[in-house]
Amino acid sequence: MPEIRNMTMNFGPQHPAAHGVLRLVLEMDGEVIVRADPHVGLLHRATEKLAESKPFNQSIGYMDRLDYVSMMCNEHAYVLAIEKLLGIKPPLRAQYIRVMFDEITRILNHLMWLGAHGLDIGAMTMFLYCFREREDLMDCYEAVSGTRMHATYYRPGGVARDLPDTMPQYRESTWRSDADTKVINEARQGSLLDFLEDFTNRFPECVDQYETLLTDNRIWKQRTVGIGVVSPERAMQLGFTGPMLRGSGVEWDLRKKQPYEVYADMDFDIPVGVNGDCYDRYLVRMEEMRQSNNIIRQCIKWLRDNPGPVVLDDHKITPPKREVMKDDMESLIHHFKLFTEGYCVPEGEVYSAIEHPKGEFGIYLISDGANKPYRVKIRAAGFAHISAMDEMVRGHMLADVVAVIGTQDIVFGEIDR
Amino acid sequence: MSKSNDALVAALNQRFDDLILDCYAAHDEVSVEVEPEHLIDLCRSLCNDEDFAFRQLVDLCGVDYATYGQAEWETESTSITGFSRGVSKGAYDDHKHRDYRFAVVYHLLSLQHNRRLRVRCRIHSEPPVVATVVGIWASANWYEREAFDLYGILFSGHPDLRRLLTDYGFIGHPFRKDFPLEGNVEVRYDTEKQRVIYQPVTITNRVLVPKVIRHDNRYEDVDRAQSAVNGEQSAVNSEQ
Repeated sequence: MPEIRNMTMNFGPQHPAAHGVLRLVLEMDGEVIVRADPHVGLLHRATEKLAESKPFNQSIGYMDRLDYVSMMCNEHAYVLAIEKLLGIKPPLRAQYIRVMFDEITRILNHLMWLGAHGLDIGAMTMFLYCFREREDLMDCYEAVSGTRMHATYYRPGGVARDLPDTMPQYRESTWRSDADTKVINEARQGSLLDFLEDFTNRFPECVDQYETLLTDNRIWKQRTVGIGVVSPERAMQLGFTGPMLRGSGVEWDLRKKQPYEVYADMDFDIPVGVNGDCYDRYLVRMEEMRQSNNIIRQCIKWLRDNPGPVVLDDHKITPPKREVMKDDMESLIHHFKLFTEGYCVPEGEVYSAIEHPKGEFGIYLISDGANKPYRVKIRAAGFAHISAMDEMVRGHMLADVVAVIGTQDIVFGEIDR
Repeated sequence: MSKSNDALVAALNQRFDDLILDCYAAHDEVSVEVEPEHLIDLCRSLCNDEDFAFRQLVDLCGVDYATYGQAEWETESTSITGFSRGVSKGAYDDHKHRDYRFAVVYHLLSLQHNRRLRVRCRIHSEPPVVATVVGIWASANWYEREAFDLYGILFSGHPDLRRLLTDYGFIGHPFRKDFPLEGNVEVRYDTEKQRVIYQPVTITNRVLVPKVIRHDNRYEDVDRAQSAVNGEQSAVNSEQ
């Protein structure tokens, strides 16, 4: 009788379904996985060490690059940690803007997840549909911060600037007719809030479209139902948060349970799964997009009615206005001090957590009273999720690994940091 | 939240009086300090006791306190050495020295009581060793591997203590304060050897903004402000 041995297989790091640079060493018994050993760290940039060598504000940009599909949420946790140590609270309008952009970011993230997850397990069309809507939200990022991805928009004490009154327009191009240009510019004639309102009116229908394609789709269900089942007890034990925890039926959302900014005033629901498999997590995330859409609407309404400052007037922390600096000595000094030295944060340590699209994203910040953080620890949601990869894929087929990677919503920017 | 924090501090002090070194609330967060020998007892009780029920380990990280409170630039007085970029690193240190260098910080979460807790385990031994908590919270597995990788903290009893984030064959523990920011080696493609090789780094570290510690009296607590030296504050004022 011939000797039968398990086969060790290498998956990634350059594999389109690895969502970046995941290297998995899989021990296979035929096509069944006996053991999975994820090798991470190929995207390790030592963000935490770099942050220790820079004044507080200069690290905000690094936060964008952690989870590079939900940029502003990362900034939010970092900025909240600094504000907590400084003991300041941004103006109410800034808090609403932050909540609105957090939810825009959540939709951005979930659209990316849905597109990539669909593509991985055989639904090519989703990718194109999702990127159509993502484009509009990227334009909101661009309108408010000047850049489509790495915004660096949140600052300790508020946000970088107020919402703009105009939207960037598509220019004439040899690739499209003037009539087409006019059509795509139609929603961009008003302010950012007008554009967003138009989007929130369109978006529920888009989610319906996605659901029509997937929710009752036989192939989709075959690939997701009963795959990667995690019991609620196990999910807690493994440190799961966000949709991964809610998919297993644990009702836990920091926006409700430990509300930050103005989430306490928002009206929204928390979707919860039942079986804890990939399909339930898919349903949870789909519903979260609808709920985020509602929150954005509430923010738009409030922001329309309540103009005001978007950043604190404390120039020890926030830079003074450029026009004031021209003839005010005090402002010039403040500006000089802020940009040559930064501000000193009182000694202490805080942990600030937010409900990131992927789960709980936390910043543990230790300050020794200097103008640079002494230690920044980034608690990335995906890190805990991928560490449970072995447990989730054990006993499944090779093709299901891809479904599990997709359902964990892995982004290596935040796992490797 | 502060009321429930006080209650938690009182409960912790009462229940774990013989295990913990210190327990306090600051910035709306509760912290517990513990020595390594009591860590496992404390964690097991915190996880399993219904009064605490910290069933989730949210985060675990190492901290290196080697240069805590050391500025790169003296700000206390205008002198020949003060306000000079020539001050050598660590020349100015008015902070209390700690009797330990490394610490492991655990962030716990109780879904049942909607509470958070920070446990800081001070490590005095060299090399730093602390018992693993994988048996209590499974999520500790990778966090401890990360702390081992970046800080060289050994977790006794860990099932699989390998490096996690750094390169295969990496030497050193990069997040220690004595590890240079620019690293020790860099890689490049060698056309003669036809492969990627390691070589000593060719870049040098440039500090664009020196680390400065200013005692800003606006952020001092009332009692701390009273105990602060008056001369210290006037020095700060004269700088501004």
